[in-house]
Amino acid sequence: MDEILDGLTQIDCDILVIGGGTAGPMAALKAKKKNPEANVVLLDKANVKRSGAISMGMDGLNNSVIPGYATPEQYTKEITIANDGICDQAAVYRYAEECYGIIQELDSFGIRFQKDQNGEYDVKKVHHIGTYVLPMPNGDTVKKALYRQLRKARINIVNRYMATRLLTGEGRVAGAICVNTRTAEFLVVRAKAVIMGLGAAGRLGLPTSGYLYGTYENASNSGEGYAMAYHAGAGLANLECYQINPLIKDYNGPACAYVAGPLGGYTANAAGERFIECDYWSGQMMQEFYDELQGGKGPVFLKLNHLAEETVAEIERVLHIVERPTRGHFHAGRGTDYRKTMIEMHISEIGFCSGHSASGVFVDENARTTIAGLYAAGDMANVPHNYMLGAFTHGAFAGEDAADYIKDMDFAEFDHAEVEAERLRVLAPTKRDDGIPPNQIEYKTRRLVNDYLQPPKVTAKMQLAQKRFAEVREDMEQGMYVRDAHELMRSLEASTILDCADMAAAASLYRTESRWGLYHNRVEYERDDENWFCHTILTKGADGQPAHAKKAVQPYVVDIADEEKDAYYNQRVDPSVAAE
Amino acid sequence: MPLAQTATSVPVTVNKDLCIADKGCTVCVDVCPLDVLRIAVTDDGTKTAYMKYDECWYCMPCEADCPTGAVTVNLPYLLK
Repeated sequence: MDEILDGLTQIDCDILVIGGGTAGPMAALKAKKKNPEANVVLLDKANVKRSGAISMGMDGLNNSVIPGYATPEQYTKEITIANDGICDQAAVYRYAEECYGIIQELDSFGIRFQKDQNGEYDVKKVHHIGTYVLPMPNGDTVKKALYRQLRKARINIVNRYMATRLLTGEGRVAGAICVNTRTAEFLVVRAKAVIMGLGAAGRLGLPTSGYLYGTYENASNSGEGYAMAYHAGAGLANLECYQINPLIKDYNGPACAYVAGPLGGYTANAAGERFIECDYWSGQMMQEFYDELQGGKGPVFLKLNHLAEETVAEIERVLHIVERPTRGHFHAGRGTDYRKTMIEMHISEIGFCSGHSASGVFVDENARTTIAGLYAAGDMANVPHNYMLGAFTHGAFAGEDAADYIKDMDFAEFDHAEVEAERLRVLAPTKRDDGIPPNQIEYKTRRLVNDYLQPPKVTAKMQLAQKRFAEVREDMEQGMYVRDAHELMRSLEASTILDCADMAAAASLYRTESRWGLYHNRVEYERDDENWFCHTILTKGADGQPAHAKKAVQPYVVDIADEEKDAYYNQRVDPSVAAE
Repeated sequence: MPLAQTATSVPVTVNKDLCIADKGCTVCVDVCPLDVLRIAVTDDGTKTAYMKYDECWYCMPCEADCPTGAVTVNLPYLLK
């Protein structure tokens, strides 16, 4: 295994789904259900059985809109406000209307959701305004349940192939170029429609531990979706709205205030005092968190040691089985007992992820990107605060729309020279006798991201970042060296990460205002609704560099009253109340 | 620039007395999202899984899915 082989195969399918994590499997299932004749291929650079952000499961739905607890209007309003108004509501509203059907479908797959004594969904309040959090007591079984459905539906699964570039022609998508991660053999997939569900760009900033893979996101989510969309000419929206998350320091996994909050846990400063009213993640919440970390009252902790034994035991049971189960090992190793000590928290390195913020490939309410036949869903598509249920639901929208799109559609012609050029680019590091290994290219890129792009954002620092990134790019293109197919995969990821770093700097420099709290805190600029109440769209310019445009926010479906607009800005606990 | 051999301690360990790679099992290698595990031939000629690349998200499918409980995921030293 891992020996570099020479090979190129071509296959055809109706719909190619890239990414077998959360959105991808649901897209494949829905496409096949709507059009059973369609040949649907689901491709993943890992193994669909355990790939993606929910590899080990998920502890709950963070944004379920369940009749009797919340309305689509209320949810749409909440997300619009949480995202500082920059939101095309149609996609959020459609999600809010249809996600309940997806919950029932997941239930039928065997994924259980918590119910109360009356058999009603046991929904909890975590957000500032509404009630949307639904625990999943057997959330560790999600991937297994999905995999069973994929086999049953006879979806063609292709594991251990990494898509590196999309193919386009005749003004629409034509397929993708892929590389086997264990043999370096090429696979060209011609497809009438392509659905991307490649997750977050989670390996952009460097974790404070310095360990390249100690990231908040699944470290295999290195941002290929963003880079491929960019190189294919699709528009990417609001990339300057970085993802930054509160987490357990060093472990870098979620602190899970959404799990602990409804049971009485909360985020506290070193004195054990609450400083934010609401633990739901937004840019402003992250700014308050950052201020507390930097101020004299830090660091910040998750506080559970005031809770009853049975409550702590229940929190432990959930957190040590689901999503990131090694957190139990981590706490044991440091002798941290939730009953006795508070758990030190920190903020994550930066990334792109609309699942928690709003940075993603631009899509509409049908999950269509700006390229015909190309779809995106999940963490990499720009529907804000979408979380896991959003990935499932928008994955479903993409699958259903693609099933219609391919009817009477033939393969688009593409330029075969593109395949040859891509083979040369990909294999270049295998043709050298020595040079710089991918891990050093990656480390340097990500260390520079931390040094110069991490908010608060400063113009001169971001310009320096661009200069340094160009130097690293020159080293990468002229000197990167790999010894086997596995390292070749890492070299492709290093290239993707550098693309994302360039996009992060360019997008942040373009929006000359501050917005989304810490996510886009540009110290030299105030919020400026007159000039910047809009999306920013980044595309690949004619010169091969990022180009920018403003795009108007679509007229709201759900009106927001003036006095509601700033609800998320009033999060800091009033000191006179906190002292009581 | 020639490459150096820099040692790192790896977080995933495999009990080779319990590992059944010799019988053809590759479950841990198959499920790893980062594809960092491989099968090696040990000194006595039997096969065992091991961590070849120190690129671990400490996510645990290898440990959870191992049919014999041979795999243990520890935290990488840099962050434990």
